[in-house]
Amino acid sequence: METLKFDLDAKPLREVNQFLHGDASLLDGKSVVIENPNGAHNIAVGLKSDVHVTIKGHAGYYAAGMNQLAKVTIEGSAGSGVAENMMSGVVHVKGFASNAAAATANGGLLVIDGDAGLRTAIALKGADVVVGGSVGSFSAFMAQAGNLVILGDAGEGLGDSIYEAKIFVRGTVKSLGADCEEKTTSPEDRKILADLLAKAGHSDVNPDSFKQYGSARTLYHFHVDNAGAY
Amino acid sequence: MCGIVGLLVRNPKMRDSIGELMLPMLIGMTERGPDSAGLAMFGPSVAANERKFSLYSGTADFNWTKLGHDFEKHLSIKAKVEPKVNHAVLTTSLEPETVKIWLKEHYPQLHLLSVGQLMDIYKDVGTPAQVAERYDFKNFKGTHLVGHTRMATESAITPAHAHPFTAGEDWCLVHNGSLSNANSLRRKLQYEGIEFETDNDTEAACRFLQWRMREGDDLETALNHGFEELDGFYTLLMGTSNQLALVRDPFGCKPAIIAEHDDYVAIASEFRSLAHLPDIKNAKVFEPSPKEMYVWKL
Repeated sequence: METLKFDLDAKPLREVNQFLHGDASLLDGKSVVIENPNGAHNIAVGLKSDVHVTIKGHAGYYAAGMNQLAKVTIEGSAGSGVAENMMSGVVHVKGFASNAAAATANGGLLVIDGDAGLRTAIALKGADVVVGGSVGSFSAFMAQAGNLVILGDAGEGLGDSIYEAKIFVRGTVKSLGADCEEKTTSPEDRKILADLLAKAGHSDVNPDSFKQYGSARTLYHFHVDNAGAY
Repeated sequence: MCGIVGLLVRNPKMRDSIGELMLPMLIGMTERGPDSAGLAMFGPSVAANERKFSLYSGTADFNWTKLGHDFEKHLSIKAKVEPKVNHAVLTTSLEPETVKIWLKEHYPQLHLLSVGQLMDIYKDVGTPAQVAERYDFKNFKGTHLVGHTRMATESAITPAHAHPFTAGEDWCLVHNGSLSNANSLRRKLQYEGIEFETDNDTEAACRFLQWRMREGDDLETALNHGFEELDGFYTLLMGTSNQLALVRDPFGCKPAIIAEHDDYVAIASEFRSLAHLPDIKNAKVFEPSPKEMYVWKL
């Protein structure tokens, strides 16, 4: 497989991103390495071909945002909004991720090996997110579809005003948000969890060690008794 | 927006180049804060009976020599004045209250930026690179520092509105964020006899901590009161004679990233300001949790 190298100390990020936005038929199956990312914003955003991008260090804000098809690996940490609004493909952060990882993501898989910040998977719309460490407060806020798997702990207000996304937590939850409750895991959900653990490189982790959370569906329609919860 | 940077040099051999290490950190935060910049530098101490007074004149043609002569003539006491463009550091053994009264009476146009034995403050409008060049930040020597790049969102762009702010001797604070209850805090604190120099929201946070510490709080207790009373978004970085301290608001709205290394501790709003630091690959890089206090001592 052909590997192309870009050094962000020598080449402007805009040129690298423009290259990555090129004709999909020329990029499919190619490997691209980005050296010296040094926390730059918007690295590898808007990709739309089956290209493999490896970022050799720490990325800034919105890395791999709006991703489609591509596989992006960040060898360091990621700033706010990694894989935000991802449509498909795989984004793998080997370090930690800052706030709002996978915000509004529609599809694809985001794997974070370390911790993730506040508002992880906020307004998730169908993507899968697997966090090897813990997540900050207000994660999965108003999450509509998709799965958030947390191997560590969750902060305050987990799943506040959640719709139909599923949350699996192995550690402790500091507090649940409004209308989020613990669920019993069905065989189908257990399979979803086991598959995601395998895809994220955690096949050694027992799916039965997780608790599942989801919507109590009491806020779907306005009811005067719930006025205080809105 | 705004950018913050902090650097505490643990390796004594590297302290002579703290200015050089810091400069790319400050410039790295230009996009976050292009309109003004400031730096509090903790350098070698003056003699035990002396204090340094960081002064700002506003104009480059200010006659600092005359100020020194007037001071010595009127008060019959020695003073050293070291000018740097429109800033100067006045060193004297006269007690601070007398110096403040004298300055107010004879040089009301001067701003007193800080008082202390270790800390000098420089702040001005301009891009971080321009401000750093103006005051030769690159050649500063010392143990630790706190810097700021400002993008004004709630009050005017003037040197006085730039950060750092001080709340006592050898004590300074910079802020990234915005406070929504700065005006009510200011009114409340004015009743407590706390004086304000600007309508800046960061100054309100700074004066709040100053008031709490006046009332006997240590820094940690003061900051815990701050979590209850400061309404808004903030990452606050503080410098004292022998430490740096950092807090983020409970919602983690404003960023911070930390690199801990055997030789140094570096703090910035974003990793871009830390990337150039020596051996950064072997530093422990992490994001501080909201509503927690982080302290690094010399």
